Amino acid sequence: MVNNETMIKTARDNAVGIITLNRPEVLNALNIKMVAEIVFALERFDRDETVKVMVIQGAGRAFAAGADIDEMLDKGSIDLELHNQFTDWDRIAKIKKPIIGALHGFVLGGGFELALSCDILLAGQNTEFGFPEVGLGIMPGAGGTQRLTKLIGHQRAMKWLLTGARFSAAEAMNCGIVSSVFPDELLKEETKKMARAIAEKPALSVRLIKESVHKANELSLFEGMQQERKNFYLLFSSEDQKEGMRAFKERRKADFKGR
Amino acid sequence: MFETIFYEVREGVAKITLNRKDKLNAFTESMHKELMIALKEAAKDQAVRCLIITGSGKAFSAGEDLDGVTEEMDHGEVIRSRYMPIMLELASFKKPVIAAINGAAAGSGFSLALACDFRLMHEKAKFVQAFIHVGLIPDSANLFYLPKLIGHARAMELAVLGEKITAQEAKEFGLVNRVIEDGNWEQEVADFAAKLSNKPTKAIGLIKQLLQKSWENDLPQFLLEESYSQRIAGLSTDHQEGLLAFKEKRTPSFKGE
Repeated sequence: MVNNETMIKTARDNAVGIITLNRPEVLNALNIKMVAEIVFALERFDRDETVKVMVIQGAGRAFAAGADIDEMLDKGSIDLELHNQFTDWDRIAKIKKPIIGALHGFVLGGGFELALSCDILLAGQNTEFGFPEVGLGIMPGAGGTQRLTKLIGHQRAMKWLLTGARFSAAEAMNCGIVSSVFPDELLKEETKKMARAIAEKPALSVRLIKESVHKANELSLFEGMQQERKNFYLLFSSEDQKEGMRAFKERRKADFKGR
Repeated sequence: MFETIFYEVREGVAKITLNRKDKLNAFTESMHKELMIALKEAAKDQAVRCLIITGSGKAFSAGEDLDGVTEEMDHGEVIRSRYMPIMLELASFKKPVIAAINGAAAGSGFSLALACDFRLMHEKAKFVQAFIHVGLIPDSANLFYLPKLIGHARAMELAVLGEKITAQEAKEFGLVNRVIEDGNWEQEVADFAAKLSNKPTKAIGLIKQLLQKSWENDLPQFLLEESYSQRIAGLSTDHQEGLLAFKEKRTPSFKGE
């Protein structure tokens, strides 16, 4: 398993685990090893009880401007099937703690798919989004056609995926791809604020809310609501539920333990 | 390096001079290309803290060169490919831009002056909303800026009647910041630019953006944007210098950062 980080950097800001894509010389183009490093870091943070929330960001001029073309140029279908490279991406969906994507510069192709694998997206105002794959005779392969469509609907997903055109942070905001847009200069600071705000919340609530929201995409409304209810009931076994409700009644700040 | 414009940088001030004197500095495709390159250069160059756009010879600019207007021309495409990038570049330009209107500014030449942040006008110069006289509409953001500067009713009158506006009228309408006498022209333009180039440039860029947003946003959104801008200004070196100079009772020396 990957242990030494060569293409990413990880850091901690108290309870926030930060992953920085760190190949600025190629605008953080993703390759197999880099994705493996990202997944490894996410899973490590996910198991670490002192980490409450994670941030993925890019070093340099971009979040991530696509995938490493050289790596794929001479591949055949069978190579891809046997290598099964996208299986690492499935593991991102299994991360239990929330992942904040802090987007700036370019968010293209595979970089866009990585962003769509996060739970909340914040963007700098000059960020450019796009799926240029169609212009290379290929298509998104790590969730682009699926996640984008579920997020913004058939019409707009078709427009961006079939034309490969780039669009702005304001447009991404209008479509509901990102939750907020900030001046580029303040993106880091605002991301930190949001990460800290979530990190202060009772960890089990955060965890089960994330799980339930994702179920809304996967299940029927009825099944989703059954699942939601079970998570709701489950929280009543937690110490934080007792503490949270008691603190509310006693008009004091709750002291959450994450248990 | 340029053929249709001059570009120079001196003491923090960049100056673009439209330079097709024999054609009253009318715009052509190549002039637009060069203008765009110069604008990008001035935007990037950290030594530049103020930009002047002016014309050489008698005119500021006569607008689009009608020699290039043919029956096959797609007017919409000309705007999208040539004028739009310039208007957007000027709107997002993070340093103050002065139009030094040395002579007649007609058609899209008038529009270019409107797209700048400050207008200094030579006493003999004129604005002409020429479009209507050839059956066209004022373009290059002309009708975007004009009502904001002088109000809807006057904008309508100028656009539809297309009458000449003298420097004095322009001043009364609030279309220009200063009217400058012939003998003082060079000096006063230079002084105005020098004054701007010594101010905290980052704050000027933020002010410019916020003023634009005042037309586009409702009050709660505007106040949010304002809070972001003030945070950015608050992080600037010039803000620290301003505070220090205030405490030390001296004139601040701003670096534009």
